[in-house]
Amino acid sequence: MSTQPSNRFVDPEPWTDETDISAPERSEMDAPAWLLTWRKFRRHKLALISGIFLLTCYLILPIAGFIAPYTPNERSAEYLYAPPQSINLWHEGSWVGPYVYPITAKADLEQYRWTYTTDKATPMPLEFFCKGRVYNLFGFIPSDTHLVCAPKGATIFLWGSDRLGRDVFSRILYGAQLSLTVGIIGITVSFLLGITFGAMAGYFGGRTDWIVNRAIEILRSLPELPLWLALSAAVPSNWGPVAVFFIISIILGILDWPGLARAVRSKFLSLREEEYVKAAEMMGAKPGRVIRRHLLPNFMSHLIASATLSIPAMILGETALSFLGLGLRAPAVSWGVMLNDAQNLASIEIYWWTAIPMLPIIVVVLAFNFLGDGLRASLDPYKS
Amino acid sequence: MMFIKYAVYRFITMLLTLWVVSILVFIIINLPPGDYLSNQIAELRATGQAEGVAKAEFLRTEYALDRPLWEQYFIWVGMAPGPNGFSGLLQGDFGWSFEFDRPVDSIVGDALWLTVLVNLAAVLFVYLIALPLGVLAAAKSETWVDYTAGFVGYLGLATPNFLLALILFYYGHKYFDLPIGGLMAPAFEGEPMSWPKVKSILVHMIVPTFVIGTSGAAAMMQRLRANMLDELSKPYVETAIAKGMKPSRMLAKYPLRMAFNPFVADIGNLLPAMVSGSVLVSVVLGLQTIGPYLLAALKSQDQFLAAFVLMFVALLTLIGTMISDLLLVLLDPRIRYGGRGT
Repeated sequence: MSTQPSNRFVDPEPWTDETDISAPERSEMDAPAWLLTWRKFRRHKLALISGIFLLTCYLILPIAGFIAPYTPNERSAEYLYAPPQSINLWHEGSWVGPYVYPITAKADLEQYRWTYTTDKATPMPLEFFCKGRVYNLFGFIPSDTHLVCAPKGATIFLWGSDRLGRDVFSRILYGAQLSLTVGIIGITVSFLLGITFGAMAGYFGGRTDWIVNRAIEILRSLPELPLWLALSAAVPSNWGPVAVFFIISIILGILDWPGLARAVRSKFLSLREEEYVKAAEMMGAKPGRVIRRHLLPNFMSHLIASATLSIPAMILGETALSFLGLGLRAPAVSWGVMLNDAQNLASIEIYWWTAIPMLPIIVVVLAFNFLGDGLRASLDPYKS
Repeated sequence: MMFIKYAVYRFITMLLTLWVVSILVFIIINLPPGDYLSNQIAELRATGQAEGVAKAEFLRTEYALDRPLWEQYFIWVGMAPGPNGFSGLLQGDFGWSFEFDRPVDSIVGDALWLTVLVNLAAVLFVYLIALPLGVLAAAKSETWVDYTAGFVGYLGLATPNFLLALILFYYGHKYFDLPIGGLMAPAFEGEPMSWPKVKSILVHMIVPTFVIGTSGAAAMMQRLRANMLDELSKPYVETAIAKGMKPSRMLAKYPLRMAFNPFVADIGNLLPAMVSGSVLVSVVLGLQTIGPYLLAALKSQDQFLAAFVLMFVALLTLIGTMISDLLLVLLDPRIRYGGRGT
């Protein structure tokens, strides 16, 4: 800006018509929808924390083997039902670094249980980036380097060991690989089915709509668990764990789509009367193109939010099925399989740590619920 | 008159749905390769027990398991003559349980009534808990009452049923001396109904009802709270407050009534979830409902027993949904006769 002799201010830049003087005030309104959604979502602290937590969980899955000190089916025959050990830093006032105390098992033949004595005199420092059993990094790179290992002659059972002397903490990490992906695969199946059937019903209407609607009503009025049970009972018992895992997630998805299809259908019924749909149709777009390019993007975000809310049901479903012995079976490790081992009163009364897998289930399910609620609340950025 | 017409219409749709369900159930039951009898025959042959084979073969022809699947279906339902003429579900013959070696109806007998009882109790529990808590959470929204109720609700949703069952059982027994396992003291099993038996059943029902109802109550509470909040922001509420109406009276008189409709309509969503929950919890807690029979039958491919239990569970939810639809129409005449979800 330069000042003229007459004290007038003149901008040396050439004047153009294009600069919008209301731009600063309009920044909120002109921002793209995703930015507005993000700004609104950020205010839901609980949802934000849950989202970050879940993201971390899923990022850890491929490297679970690296973090876990043991492999899931590694048995320590001398440490059955070992109680959780703590990792300490200071020993008798002096810095030692992370260490554990060695424990020794003794069979209590009177009460018929294992008792453990901790040797508090000899702290044994943990080893880092050490060699252990071989596992697959990212599922296909064989590796034997672990983040932490137990020192020779000691163990590191952060959350205790189970009836075969397997480390509960490591098994929970490995179990997450199956338990958490079941929900994702299941929801993908349910998403595809729900969108296909819902879109067909809403777009074509008439007889298609009637048939899809009846199917939805019938499926929704049936209790899920008995159907899950019946379908999983049909899985041949000689199939490998991976095949069973996929089939179980697909079964969970197959019975979940009606809710989604219903939402898609009602949206389509109202959207298909819009002018832009008419325009696209008149220009000769095929139904598939209209649905995919013009209709679905309109409310994809809402679908994602509701999908987030149905993942917990699937995780709980897998847990219930495995718990009853009709889902995943050992040697596969999932949280439900682990709880299957803990399904008696003795494990709550004496060996309470074998029931620890319930904690990750509760936390993950809660996180998905909070995230879904937050997403749903922030997805309509133009509504205050 | 309109109502009766609607009720009849609703009843007929229920029967049609039940028929479709029977086809579904039959397909699902026959999905696993092989069946109980052929497994048994193979096993008997392998161990060289000829007389057992003869019995199994007899049962096979007796229950038409040697015929093509579609014929088996019609015979099972009772729409086609089997080896003994028409005798299927429609005629009240539920088939033979190969595992227990008894007719199906003599096995499930008592379990049916106990299943209905447990589910009814759970539904009642859901309403008794969710109604006051939901209203309270909405009326005192964004205070500690709301947050506590919300937190407990979320926790209820997130805890797997069967775990809650185990934990409550343990602590219930330890601190309140509640009985462990079953739906009645073992001494009363198979006894005719009597006052001590009823009392025993009631005491045994506390934990199961609580467990089955919790997740349903949590979901219902959240929905009621959301409905109430929608109503509370409407101008008529403001008018009522401005005129000096007492908050409690105002709540009960207007918004609660409006928020109540979806509450009744929700039975349709609630019931399937409850029945699911009751099956799972029954297995874990060893209740004498049909849950454990279902699991056992599914595991051993005892097809008539499994099919019957699945049909019964479906019938239970369908009847519940129908009743909720009829109640809804009675409650709110504005709802169009002629169907839901429009």
